[in-house]
Amino acid sequence: MADYEIPKITGEDGIVDVPKIVKDTMVGSGPWISAPKFQKDMHFATEIEQSEDGKWTLIPNWKEAALEKMDDLRGRYRSLQLFLDICVKCGSCTDKCHYFIGTKDPKNMPVARQDLLRKVYRRYFTFAGKYFPKLVGATDLTEEVIDDWYNYYHQCSQCRRCSVFCPYGIDTAEISMAAREILNHIGRGQKYCTQIMGKVYTIGNNLGLPQRALEDTLEGLEEDVEEETGVKVAFPLDKKGAEVLLITPSADFFAEPHVDGLMGYAKVFHELELDWTLSSYASEGANFGMFIGSYENMRKIALRIRHAALDLGVKRIVFGECGHAWRVAYSFLNTLAGPFDFLDPKYPVPQHVLEITWPALQEGKLTIDKSLNDDMTLTFHDSCNIARGTNIGTEVGGQFDLPRNVIKAVCNNYVDMNQDAIKDVTFCCGGGGGILTDDLMEIRIKGAQPRMEALKEVTENNGVTHMAAICAICKSQFTKVIPYYGFSMDQIVSVHQLVSNAIVLKGQLTEEELEARDAAEEAERVAEMEARKKAAAEKKAAKDAAEKK
Amino acid sequence: MNALGLIYGVIFWAATIAIVAGVAYKIRLYWTIPAPLKIPTMPAPRTKGGVVFRMFKEVAFFHSLFRSDKLLWLFAILFHYGLALVLIRHSRYFMEGMGGVLLFLQPFGKYAAFAMIIGLIALLARRFMIDRVRYISAPSDFLMLVLLLVIGISGALMTFVSHVDVTAVNSFFISLRTFNFSGWNLPGDPLVIFHLTAVAFLMIIFPISKLMHAPGVFFSPTRNQVDDSREKRHIAPWAAELDKQGVDYLHELKK
Repeated sequence: MADYEIPKITGEDGIVDVPKIVKDTMVGSGPWISAPKFQKDMHFATEIEQSEDGKWTLIPNWKEAALEKMDDLRGRYRSLQLFLDICVKCGSCTDKCHYFIGTKDPKNMPVARQDLLRKVYRRYFTFAGKYFPKLVGATDLTEEVIDDWYNYYHQCSQCRRCSVFCPYGIDTAEISMAAREILNHIGRGQKYCTQIMGKVYTIGNNLGLPQRALEDTLEGLEEDVEEETGVKVAFPLDKKGAEVLLITPSADFFAEPHVDGLMGYAKVFHELELDWTLSSYASEGANFGMFIGSYENMRKIALRIRHAALDLGVKRIVFGECGHAWRVAYSFLNTLAGPFDFLDPKYPVPQHVLEITWPALQEGKLTIDKSLNDDMTLTFHDSCNIARGTNIGTEVGGQFDLPRNVIKAVCNNYVDMNQDAIKDVTFCCGGGGGILTDDLMEIRIKGAQPRMEALKEVTENNGVTHMAAICAICKSQFTKVIPYYGFSMDQIVSVHQLVSNAIVLKGQLTEEELEARDAAEEAERVAEMEARKKAAAEKKAAKDAAEKK
Repeated sequence: MNALGLIYGVIFWAATIAIVAGVAYKIRLYWTIPAPLKIPTMPAPRTKGGVVFRMFKEVAFFHSLFRSDKLLWLFAILFHYGLALVLIRHSRYFMEGMGGVLLFLQPFGKYAAFAMIIGLIALLARRFMIDRVRYISAPSDFLMLVLLLVIGISGALMTFVSHVDVTAVNSFFISLRTFNFSGWNLPGDPLVIFHLTAVAFLMIIFPISKLMHAPGVFFSPTRNQVDDSREKRHIAPWAAELDKQGVDYLHELKK
């Protein structure tokens, strides 16, 4: 583990005390900058050059381009224009951001983060800022301001916790998305996001897994499930005419604990005899277009799902466990890639996998042995994008209830964390919004502090051993970051991993039967080996005999 | 008509035009700029009626603020409710005689000035005392509170300490309203002048300042949208154009 100053967690009441501000603790150069080859695929500005010391220039007319983009965006997004105008600086949001709590840097207070953009908006687009800049805190757009934008707008995970507490609903995520979109167009794209989106355009998923590799992986998963249960559970790929198209984050194909979740979905579908498939063309649930504020690129990725659904002739679209993917799916997909009038109107478009699993559990369609999860005491981390950006099911608040209901239906031991750290006031994992990259490790670790504190408290007081999540970014972030806080990475689990553990498939072999099967297979293998050896010996003997002649 | 009456008559008509036209311009802006995506802060109401209720809780009781910071909420309620009552009471200066409701509200409006002033002093004190709030405050954020305090204190002084000729002020504003120029007479009381100057200034800067939060909150997409994105397709005109022309990027659109 690299050397970072790790915030101390106490385990006292699960909530971190609001710190005094300490200026410039997180001043820096921001994440790695997107090179022209990655910018090009996104239709972003490419006329930038790298000097020998590694620094990138901005595009030649960066100032005009930035102001022009700001003007363009405020004419296309009411949120931007309104939020820049109406903030009264009451300070309600100032202690709500996990990055401020973890870093103490005042520029990580939501309103101060907005002000980085607002002070430039005021200078160039408002009466007071044009004529009385000092009075209203307006400033000229300089390269230093751009550096601050690039640094601090990549210390925002767009989790929207601040928007819950703002009396006008001002959402810093909207400002940080707009700021990143301006940066995209002056040569300050972020490499992590643009490179990944490039892979989606050329290969179909964030990880760059081509169709053949995906096929092999899924075959491997089929074998694993059969090995464990004795039941052949299918993981179909590009199956034309299937009823359900499953869209899931590509981390589900191999990363731990994500892949255990994928096995869970497959087992549920198998039990319900649902005819489903994955698509190699749209083998990605994630949509990083949202993070970088690019409507056009977000739409372009979303349209791949529409094309896959049309091409495969499916009737329903179901999303796996992913936070921002579910926000784009639930809240934006109909806008970006609709209308979905070619799908079965009996089902919402798209559905969340929990909207299949929970009703199935309620109707008793799944055989569950809860005791199979008795080695764990669970808590649940509400993912920010799901909690504050979506719903699950048809009732208000379903995004909090359905995952908890499912966990409680498959586990005997469940405890919630402090109520000021869950549901709609949940703290982000610290890695959302396009900052799940090694070049931003310090902010990821510090931003996780509020969640770690809440987890520590239930660990010490309620004996919690594992934390479940329904987001690929949360899972990846936590498995990487919690060791810094003294936990171990296998304490993070997928919700459908818990389902997978507890589900008893039709025709599933018992422990004894599995042992007997393995013993029989072993005996068969040994017999085959013996037979082979014998045959080889006979062949050799015959050859020797022939040579003697 | 006296000279003071003419000057303040012109100032108040100019200030009225400024606030009405300015706010109308801004509202038109917020009305016409689309919200291209569904971004209500969830959990959000599933019906329009639910949204009206959510907005009512927000505007009448500062619900989000209550969840955030109880002390700030108290100061904000003191100030805003105090101001509202004071404003209702002030409608007497624009009409001849008073209706029953207004008559009933007069004493409340009178003492509401104290709630308003106490609220403002507390809000100003937090700007100095809390390090996070001090950091985010520009000079204008302090001055806005000072301006409101000047208005509140000068008004309260006229009610409770140094009484002014209310009937004269009343007939001045009635003749302003009715363009009865012969009645444009304003008594030369320094407190009246001070109070009215500050009010006119506040009216003029209203549409170009953060005071726009008052009409603005109704347009906030995180608070005024219904949670129905899967049932109804929501699309902005500029985004629909991408679908129509079958292109991926805005710069590829034919005009």
